[in-house]
Amino acid sequence: MQTLYDKLWQSHVVHEKSGKPDGMALIYIDRHLVHEVTSPQAFEGLKLAGRKPWRLKSILAVADHNVPTTERAHGITDPISRLQVETLDQNCQELGITEFRMNDRRQGIVHVIGPEQGATLPGMTVVCGDSHTSTHGAFAALAIGIGTSEVEHVLATQCLWAKKAKALQVLVEGELGHGISAKDIALAIIGEIGTAGGTGYAIEFAGSAIRSLSMEGRMTLCNMAIEAGARAGMIAVDDTTIEYLQSRPFAPKGGLWEKAVAHWRTLKSDEHATFDKVVRLDAASIKPQVTWGTSPEMVTTVDGKVPDPSRISDAVKRHDMEHALQYMGLAPNTPISDIHPDKIFIGSCTNSRIEDLRVAAEVVKGRSIAPSIKLAMVVPGSGLVKYQAEQEGLDKIFRDAGFEWREPGCSMCLAMNEDRLAPGERCASTSNRNFEGRQGPGGRTHLVSPAMAAAAAIAGHFVDIRKIY
Amino acid sequence: MKKFLYCDGLVAPLDRANVDTDAIIPKQFLKSIKRSGFGQNLFDEWRYLDHGEPGVDSSRRKPNPDFILNQPRYLGAEILLARANFGCGSSREHAPWALQDYGFKVIIAPSFADIFFNNCFKIGLLAIGLDSSVVDKLFDEVNAAEGYRLTVDLEAQSVRTPHGESFFFDIDPFRKYSLLNGLDEIGLTMQHAEQIAAFEARHAASQPWLFQ
Repeated sequence: MQTLYDKLWQSHVVHEKSGKPDGMALIYIDRHLVHEVTSPQAFEGLKLAGRKPWRLKSILAVADHNVPTTERAHGITDPISRLQVETLDQNCQELGITEFRMNDRRQGIVHVIGPEQGATLPGMTVVCGDSHTSTHGAFAALAIGIGTSEVEHVLATQCLWAKKAKALQVLVEGELGHGISAKDIALAIIGEIGTAGGTGYAIEFAGSAIRSLSMEGRMTLCNMAIEAGARAGMIAVDDTTIEYLQSRPFAPKGGLWEKAVAHWRTLKSDEHATFDKVVRLDAASIKPQVTWGTSPEMVTTVDGKVPDPSRISDAVKRHDMEHALQYMGLAPNTPISDIHPDKIFIGSCTNSRIEDLRVAAEVVKGRSIAPSIKLAMVVPGSGLVKYQAEQEGLDKIFRDAGFEWREPGCSMCLAMNEDRLAPGERCASTSNRNFEGRQGPGGRTHLVSPAMAAAAAIAGHFVDIRKIY
Repeated sequence: MKKFLYCDGLVAPLDRANVDTDAIIPKQFLKSIKRSGFGQNLFDEWRYLDHGEPGVDSSRRKPNPDFILNQPRYLGAEILLARANFGCGSSREHAPWALQDYGFKVIIAPSFADIFFNNCFKIGLLAIGLDSSVVDKLFDEVNAAEGYRLTVDLEAQSVRTPHGESFFFDIDPFRKYSLLNGLDEIGLTMQHAEQIAAFEARHAASQPWLFQ
């Protein structure tokens, strides 16, 4: 009896250091996604040691963190950002690595384009020098974020030293309420188990509510596994997975497709497989989530209030909460619906796919953003998502409502380019981290779903999306 | 990788849980294509009162006198005492680079985020997990005594206090061996090159679509 994680792990073990399954093992890597921020030192290390990439065709590269989301015809203005992107271009060209350059329509956020291209396939091991690599687990892949030394190691050896994690099953059964999305499930789980609740585990999300999610929703959920502390999140293969992958550019074709599908159908946990830990959530009870603090576990429901630190007995926790509220400029017991964002950000590897944009557009359609909103922006996850949205007229809906319609990239999720909050500014954001300074020094982030961000843009404060639908 | 055997170092306490890698080294410094020089921007937003950008001379900036590392008694600290879930968030190896470049050799906390923990060992920075009650006790002792030092012995897997109390810590034997010897991990893995090639051939035969 094996879990999905057991199957993925076992099928990639090249060597076990101690000869025992609980020690370090050398794991073969099928797909290596590369972006400009965490790779330059790895390429340099490789070059200095006179080494070459082991398997070029396993690598797909794209610049996403530093790219501007405004007009790109004149390139990147910031010389330091420009050098980093040019360094990636140069490394890829020299070594013969496939790269989608900034002005390629296929360019976008690495965790959006991998699946979009079919470069992420079930049964694969996927790595990237980026913690949100967990996203790709939505395809029943073992996908983990790595550091730059490991990027170099995978380039050189096609392998990674790793220790097998414990298995955590998160079971979400039942039907989600109207307006409730994968983002709300993710935040509700993190609220339940904490940002370290998944540390040392690989999470498998299962249950009827998970099976009912689209691939976009599943990617949102697996994306946030790392926010629960788990390096990997994953979901079993079903018809939804296979339908999504059919005829993607990098996906197998013809007879090979049939063979692949037959194998992929086996990529699920055996019926009586045991997990080290199981967490259960009732889908019907999940409400729209809004974070109030500086860690994704500092989250409550839209009908809730900012918590009161004076009621917390644990000294470290109380201190952290006071610190967070001070940073966020929030008084204890403030109703969430009384919080007024200055800016709205719809985008990031969590929520920038076509379905996310459709849901947000549905809320925005025929309405205008509140006068108090300084900036509302939509940053599609890739050039192809942007194109698709434009074909559907979503760009017009957003623009008519007062949103800015931007070029694809990581943008204000981490504010490495020009898109950022000014000190003290408050943002309703569909991204994944509300850390201090994440969206700009002194910036205040509230994590929400795309529908909730869109609704906040219209109302000028957080509103319960269930009352709008 | 830097060798690690032993450290007898001054301890600085950072009394916050869930310290994320964005706080350890903010995003604007990740634009560098180099591996060094991140120490001056370690904990940048907490450490300075003004906003930092790459290329700005840190000696001309305004340090935040309230931040722990700016207090004279902690100058030259080599051991960072931290709280639970240290290093959560982004996978940026720039975080351990910045800690090491600043001068830290050891981080002690009740728990670490997985990717950060892993990254530390790749560069010879020793991350030690100790029971939270022990960490509480160490915080009390550091706060009480100026010049408080700890002795970390990797071979013995021990952390010793000035009072002679000793705490054992766990470490994976392979990681320990690599640290003690300062081994080049890629070189080590390349010793398995034939095994990797053989695995790859079998893998390609059974799932050829992965090798298109």
